[in-house]
Amino acid sequence: MRHILSILLENEAGALSRVVGLFSARGYNIDSLTVSTTEDPTLSRMTIVTHGSEDVIEQITKQLNKLIEVVKVIDLNESEHIEREMMLTKVRATGKDREEMKRMADIFRGRIIDVTEKTYTIELTGTSDKLNAFIEAIDRTVILETVRTGASGIGRGERVLKI
Amino acid sequence: MQISGAEIVVRCLQEEGVEFVFGYPGGAVLEIYDAIFRQDAFKHVLVRHEQAAVHAADAYSRSSDKVGVALVTSGPGATNAVTGIATAYMDSIPMVVLSGQVSTPAIGLDAFQEVDMVGITRPCVKHNFLVKDVAELADTIKKAFYIAKTGRPGPVVVDIPKDVTQALAEFRYPESVHIRSYVPVTRGHPGQIKKAVNLLLEAKRPYVYIGGGAVQGNASAEVTEFVRMLGVPCTNTLMGLGAYPGTDRQFLGMLGMHGTYEANMAMQYCDVLVAVGARFDDRVVSVPEHFLSQPKKIIHIDVDPSSIAKRVKVDVPIVGDVKHVLREMIDLLRHQGTAPNPQHLSDWWETIESWRKHDCLLYTPSDALIKPQYVVQKLYEITGGNAIVTSDVGQHQMWAAQYYRYNRPKQWLNSGGLGTMGFGLPAAIGAQLANPDAQVACITGEGSIQMNIQELSTAKQYHTPVKVVALNNLYLGMVRQWQEFFYGTRYSESYMDSLPDFVKIAEAYGHVGFKIEKPSDVEPVLREAFSPALKERLVFMDFRTDQSENVFPMVQNGKGLDQMDLPPHMHKVQGVPFENNRDYGNMC
Repeated sequence: MRHILSILLENEAGALSRVVGLFSARGYNIDSLTVSTTEDPTLSRMTIVTHGSEDVIEQITKQLNKLIEVVKVIDLNESEHIEREMMLTKVRATGKDREEMKRMADIFRGRIIDVTEKTYTIELTGTSDKLNAFIEAIDRTVILETVRTGASGIGRGERVLKI
Repeated sequence: MQISGAEIVVRCLQEEGVEFVFGYPGGAVLEIYDAIFRQDAFKHVLVRHEQAAVHAADAYSRSSDKVGVALVTSGPGATNAVTGIATAYMDSIPMVVLSGQVSTPAIGLDAFQEVDMVGITRPCVKHNFLVKDVAELADTIKKAFYIAKTGRPGPVVVDIPKDVTQALAEFRYPESVHIRSYVPVTRGHPGQIKKAVNLLLEAKRPYVYIGGGAVQGNASAEVTEFVRMLGVPCTNTLMGLGAYPGTDRQFLGMLGMHGTYEANMAMQYCDVLVAVGARFDDRVVSVPEHFLSQPKKIIHIDVDPSSIAKRVKVDVPIVGDVKHVLREMIDLLRHQGTAPNPQHLSDWWETIESWRKHDCLLYTPSDALIKPQYVVQKLYEITGGNAIVTSDVGQHQMWAAQYYRYNRPKQWLNSGGLGTMGFGLPAAIGAQLANPDAQVACITGEGSIQMNIQELSTAKQYHTPVKVVALNNLYLGMVRQWQEFFYGTRYSESYMDSLPDFVKIAEAYGHVGFKIEKPSDVEPVLREAFSPALKERLVFMDFRTDQSENVFPMVQNGKGLDQMDLPPHMHKVQGVPFENNRDYGNMC
C-alpha cells in the first residue's frame, strides 16, 4: 500500500544521504522524495512516498527513527492529510492542439506559465493522482517534457509535526 | 590558550579516560601522531594492519566496560578499517574510530590517499562525522563517545581532515551532550511489563532466549536472577554466551544453526518465549514461518525498536534497556509473590530432559586422530573455564561455542553478525590489554589465522601472551562441510595447500610454537602452554585435527529448528515424527 512519510531531520550535510542510503541498503521503495528546509533553518522536512506491506512500513519508520539526525517521523496515512505535488509540462501547442491544450489546462486548473509559438509550459498542482490523470487525459505525443516535484504532505486540522 | 586540532584530539581522548588507542600512522594523521608522541596519558598500540586495529579496539570494548578507540590514516588506512567497523556494527559494539582525511580544500579533488570515509562507512556505523571546523572538534568527539555507548551501542567514525588537526582553537571539553534528535529509551513501558509478566505466569512451556543485548547491556546478573526465580529453561545465542552461566542446569546450551538439540527443540515447542536483547536472526530461528507454525506468544525486550518485529512478529514488545526492564519484571514478580504453575513447569522440564538425555554434543573419541571438540574440551578444563576466548569464523568457532562453557559475560568474543575471518588474533590482543591478568585463548583455524597472522608481531611488541589454539584440518572446514552436505563433496577451493610451518612462523615472530599431531599430546601441550613457565609468552599451538569432522547439530538453510541434522549417535532420534507431526503431545 502507498504511504506518505513525513520526516523532520537536522539540516546537516549528509543527512539526506543517510535516509536515501537506508532505503537502498534495506531494499525499500522510494516512489518520490522531496526535501527542503523549514521555517527553522536548522531543520529540514522531507516527504517520502513509499509502498510496502504494513510490516515493511513499520520497519521503515523504525529504521528512519534510528538515524541519529532524524528528529521525528510520522506516517501521514495514519490520519487525515493533504498531499500536493507540482508538475511542469511542456507540450507542443500548434494547430488544433493549441486550443485543446489551453482547454485541458483550464479543466485541470493548471496555469500556462510560458508560451512560445509552438509550445506551452503548463504548471499543475494537486495530488499525484490528479497529475497522473492530466497526463492520461492529454495526447501523449504532444508532451515534450515533464518534471514533477514529488508529493509533499501535511496533516489535516491541528495535527502538526514539530519538535 | 589555543592548541592545535591534533592536541585537541589527544586531550579529548584523555578526558574520556582512554587507556589504549589502536592504530597505524600515515600522512593525514601525522599531526595527531605528533601530539600522541608528546603525551603519556594513554598508550598507542601499533598494529600491523588497520583491520586489526579496529578488531583489537572492538575486543577491548567487548571484554571491558570501556569504549575501544582506533586511529587510522586516510585512504587505504580508512578502507582497511572498514571490515573491522562493519564487524563491530553487526555485533553492536561501542567503539570510536578516528580517521584522517585529506585537507578540507583538497576534499573532492581526488587527492592522494583521499577516500570518502563518511560515505563508505555510512551503512556500517551507528553514526559518523566529518569535522570541517576545528571549533567543532571537541564537541564532535564527545558526541561520538556518547552515541557509541548509549542506546543500542555501535561504532562511530570521526573523519578529521589534516588542516583541522593543524588549525588552532581553544580547548573546552563539554561535560554533557544533548542531541535533540537522539534520545535512547531506557525504561520499558510499565503496562507492557505487567502484561509480559502475566503472560509468563500463564505459560505451560516458558522459555527465555538471551542474546548479545544482555551482554552489552550488562544485564547478566538480572537475566540470571530472572531465569532462576522463575525456574524456567533458557538458552543463549552465539552472541549471548556467558550472559547466563553455561554450566547451570537451567541452561540448555546455545541455540540456532549449530545449537543443541534441546535448545532448538525448546525454542520450537515453547508456548511463551521471552527474548532478551536478541533479534531472531536467520542463524537463530532459521525460517520464521516454520518457527511460528508451532503457536507461541512472544515477549521481546530490546533497546532498539527496529529489532522488534523485524523478522518475527511479537505479542508483547518492550522497548527499553534490558537491565532496567528485567529488574522491573523481577520486582513485579517478587511483589506479586507469583510463580509459574509448578505442575506445568515440571512437565516441561520432563520433556526437556528427554531431549537433553540424547547428549547431542557427544562425539566419537579417537586414539589416532585429534578430534577438534576434544581440544576445546581440554582447553576448557585446563583453563578452569576462566579464560577469555576469542575465535575466528568457521567450524572451530562453533566448536568453541559448543564445548567451552562460558559462565560469565564478556568472556567469549567472536564476530557473530558479520562472521569476519581474521578477527580472533587481533581481538585476543585487545582483550589481553583490557584484562592483563586474564588467560586469553584464541581458538582459530589455519584459514582464519592467516587472515591477520601479521599481528603476531604486534603481540610480540606489546607482550600480550595470548595462547593461539589453531584447529588445523587443512580445510576451510565450514566451507568443506557445506560442500560435503550440499555440493556433492565437490571441495571447490576449500583445501588449504602449501600451508606454512606455523611453529616456525611463531618462532620467527619471537613466540613459542607447538605442532600437535597425536591425541595423547593434546593435554600435555595445553598444560605446558598455560604453565607458569610460558605465562609471559605467546604460544601458538598447531593442532592437526580430524579432517572429516563436522559440526552437529545443524539446521540447514530453509529447515525448521526441529528439523536438525543430528550427529551419528542420534540418527534413530531423527525417526521421531516431529517433522510431520506438529502435535506437541506426541512429540516425545
